[in-house]
Amino acid sequence: MDDFRRRHVGPSSKEVQEMLAFLGYKDMAAFIDSVVPVGIRMDGELQLPPALSEHEVLKDLRDLANKNKVNKSFIGMGYSDCITPPVIQRNILENPGWYTQYTPYQAEIAQGRLEALLNFQTMISDLTGLPMSNASLLDEGTAAAEAMHMCLALTDDDGGGRGFFVSERCHPQTIEVLRTRAEPLGIKLIIGDHAGFDFKEKIFGALVQYPCTDGAVLDYAPFAAKVKAAGGLFVVAADLLSLSLLKAPGEFGADIAVGSAQRFGVPLGYGGPHAAYLSTKDEYKRQIPGRLVGVSIDATGAPALRLALQTREQHIRRGKATSNICTAQVLLAVMASMYGVYHGPRGLKRIAETIHGLAATFAEGVKELGFEIIAPEFFDTVTVMVKPGDAPVILENGYKAGMNLRLIDENKISVAFDETKTFSDIGQLLGFFNFKSEKIELVKKTSAIPESLSRKSAYMTHPVFNTHHSETEMLRYMQRLQGKDLSLTTSMIPLGSCTMKLNATAEMFPVTWPEFGKIHPFAPQDQAEGYRILITRLENWLAEITGFDGISLQPNAGSQGEYAGLLVIRAYHKSRGEGHRNVCLIPTSAHGTNPATAAMANMQVVPVECDKDGNVSLDDLRAKAETHAANLAALMVTYPSTHGVFEEEIESICEITHKYGGQVYMDGANMNAQVGLCRPGEFGPDVCHLNLHKTFCIPHGGGGPGMGPIGVKSHLKAFLPSHGLVKTGGDKGVTAVSAAPWGSASILPISYAYIAMMGAGGLREATEVAILNANYMAAKLDKHFPVLFKGKKGLVAHECIIDLRGLKAASGVEVVDVAKRLMDYGFHAPTVSWPVAGTMMIEPTESEGKKEMDRYCDALIGIREEAREIESGLQDKTNNVLKNAPHTAVAVASSIWDHGYSREKAVFPVDGLKTSKFWPPVARINDPHGDRNLICSCPPMSSY
Amino acid sequence: MADLQIPHELMYTKDHEWAQIDDNVVAVGITEYAQDALGEVVYVELPEEGQKVTQNEPFGVVESVKAVSDLYAPISGTVVEVNEALLDQPGSVNDDPYGDGWMIKIEMDSEKELTTLIPAVDYEKLIKKQ
Repeated sequence: MDDFRRRHVGPSSKEVQEMLAFLGYKDMAAFIDSVVPVGIRMDGELQLPPALSEHEVLKDLRDLANKNKVNKSFIGMGYSDCITPPVIQRNILENPGWYTQYTPYQAEIAQGRLEALLNFQTMISDLTGLPMSNASLLDEGTAAAEAMHMCLALTDDDGGGRGFFVSERCHPQTIEVLRTRAEPLGIKLIIGDHAGFDFKEKIFGALVQYPCTDGAVLDYAPFAAKVKAAGGLFVVAADLLSLSLLKAPGEFGADIAVGSAQRFGVPLGYGGPHAAYLSTKDEYKRQIPGRLVGVSIDATGAPALRLALQTREQHIRRGKATSNICTAQVLLAVMASMYGVYHGPRGLKRIAETIHGLAATFAEGVKELGFEIIAPEFFDTVTVMVKPGDAPVILENGYKAGMNLRLIDENKISVAFDETKTFSDIGQLLGFFNFKSEKIELVKKTSAIPESLSRKSAYMTHPVFNTHHSETEMLRYMQRLQGKDLSLTTSMIPLGSCTMKLNATAEMFPVTWPEFGKIHPFAPQDQAEGYRILITRLENWLAEITGFDGISLQPNAGSQGEYAGLLVIRAYHKSRGEGHRNVCLIPTSAHGTNPATAAMANMQVVPVECDKDGNVSLDDLRAKAETHAANLAALMVTYPSTHGVFEEEIESICEITHKYGGQVYMDGANMNAQVGLCRPGEFGPDVCHLNLHKTFCIPHGGGGPGMGPIGVKSHLKAFLPSHGLVKTGGDKGVTAVSAAPWGSASILPISYAYIAMMGAGGLREATEVAILNANYMAAKLDKHFPVLFKGKKGLVAHECIIDLRGLKAASGVEVVDVAKRLMDYGFHAPTVSWPVAGTMMIEPTESEGKKEMDRYCDALIGIREEAREIESGLQDKTNNVLKNAPHTAVAVASSIWDHGYSREKAVFPVDGLKTSKFWPPVARINDPHGDRNLICSCPPMSSY
Repeated sequence: MADLQIPHELMYTKDHEWAQIDDNVVAVGITEYAQDALGEVVYVELPEEGQKVTQNEPFGVVESVKAVSDLYAPISGTVVEVNEALLDQPGSVNDDPYGDGWMIKIEMDSEKELTTLIPAVDYEKLIKKQ
């Protein structure tokens, strides 16, 4: 039987022994005892089922998949079945060249997906009629919540007191997420009929759904004008596809548009992952949450793409950030943008017209049967008025025939169409309503959209959306972009704190199985039995791994997990009559997300100092906890620390917090150093989130999707996030943090497969090797770049920080120069200047073998030597191989070469590169130029 | 750092703004030390003419590719002039922090607050400590 362990863990047992010997240890046990504090170690092995092989786990998942029942979905509610063009499914969704890249901070080697994201932004901004779009958000519900925050930030200069209006005809899950987000901030939500709202209550903004959740297409222009007159901003949650036929939100007064791009070729996936969007006017660009791709130039003046306006974001602005959002849903936004590229504006319009025709024809038929429909004007969804007793019969008829309709209330049923539906479905649907078996004549109808609301303006006119319509062209376009990005298929990406480990193919297979992909998040639960079993097992395994008593899989990203965790803590304090507790202690070494999240939960952030070794200062912690004892709500702590060390004092840190009435939130970003060795539930933390996209193998997707489930101790279990539409979470659960009950359910099989294939022993071995690998690289590099923080025995955890600050004084070389020079060596830089400016944080993970790590170390050591040539005066201080990095093929092929080093040294610093070389497609990108001249949609072709 | 300019005729704040006092009008910008620490400035957000500002309270925001900082008013008063040119040329803050990089002019409410500003020699000591 083939053992998956040896496929996942990079180093062979021989290499493990060599590395242990190099570090001076005779065996793994002795080594681990020197790294992980004895006091927090778990007893024995995790209690998990015996490890399965790849073949076996696929059979197991196939059995689970078969327990899901794929009905045709007519539910709508912001989730439409769609056709993923096969060329996109195989070459993007199922392609490690597109799903294993890291977030595009190193823009020079991320030009491919940055272009795809720029296409996404252009498409969104064209369709919504608003010029600034971000590079995607998590889901429509959270996008609406982000828009509400934006409205508040943009208008609330008079000390608050105003409310936010939400139309009752928005999707119910969106309203629930808004309720969740409004409550801690004291925002009053006014939910009602927009047409009847009298504006007696002051508002800072308003949200409507377009078309409404029941399908109606309404003219919001008069309401928009009133919102503005009242000093508010107007937000429209719009169905993206409908905008190919309907007037754009920007054309009837929207300040912000939000929505989902799911139906642009992204499977339903029982709720996700999908890409949501947010677009706005130019003047509000600095308040946009999330990632924004912008056009700049490189060192040669050629156009180049990069992440723009990063200073808005949590990793820089911390508690003052526009949002706690860390990533976009890159992989899904790329898919949606490629769907736009493949179909083009005419194709999209044709798809929309076909769907609209089906809906209009169905509406005629149902009217002929004597039913009334709720609105004469609609796009793809028709809501039928029925007698109260009839609704269950109609629904049941549908279920039996394999069709899911939506029950809005006891006398309304809605039917939503999408591109997978056909004319023959209409006859069947009408049968459910045809109690008297009347014979009706189906009349094809083409339009139920009023002239005044039909789209007149052009969209997606850029050549990129009008060129690649044959499959040959499409394939080559995607391949061309893929070739510009460095992914795990090229070389190791040792991003500290990001755990870029193997995303095994077997783990990925089930994601595109229709039995997982084609389930609507609000399909009847008896149709998702396979998911239910998978979710229950995965929750149990994660509880065992973390030592916690309850797990919620709802949070859609690590940042969402933090937010859910703090809400749970808040609810717990409230339940004990201590709702006034609002102080959150956060060590200065924390991820920027922590303070940004605390701000969203309306907690007051009090920083705790770190000592010179990078550990939380116990004295300062005690002092701050004591000072704020009356109001202490929580401490947020990362373990092992963000400095890559197992702090010996973690138990004391938790004890002090508990002593003063606070709860301990553990940021689980570094969980890859703990699995199988120690369990946070046993050494103090009350809540922690897990990054399934780090520790548990969900790929980074080039900057998303992520998954950030939380684990809690028993006293917090009752408060785990619930969901208004599907039963989940605790009995006193906080309301939904994500639009879907289990977040991005369709990628859970990845983590499931990983745990099932590794088993208890394999998971522990992975952790041990991850720690060994980090220490091996630290020891090899220490002579050249001092390792900044080490534990008591001189060892690091699963990552290490190397100090490059000494270089600048001697040679003028900065850490960014080293990062860019690594590209010439065919590598992606480690985490740069975080958590300490001027350093690099390296996390090799267990999946990299010794040879690859040696190559990486040799590259860094080689670059150190290159810096020495500058120090000694052999090379110029400004015109040198480091400052000019990365070197493109164009640069070295040019007849002009005015550098004091050879072309060969520029691009082939080591011999191995001559046989296999990743060429950076652009030279060093000019960051200030991009932020000073912000362009966030596709520039005209003439500029290429 | 030794070559960073600290003009002697100006007054300073601990938050690295400079103030040039001309009768009852105070011109304000950020120091060379501040622009050096921020890196290349890409955006400056300034108040409008006629707006009231309060000593030690934020009056605007300066943004570089790697950081965003609030700007603090060295004195309370009314904004009487705003350097609109910075909207198009934010780089002036780097190139000429004491000249073209000026940000706003404030008509001060009271001269009493001037005593809390820091003279050049003390400001120099302050940044040496950082």
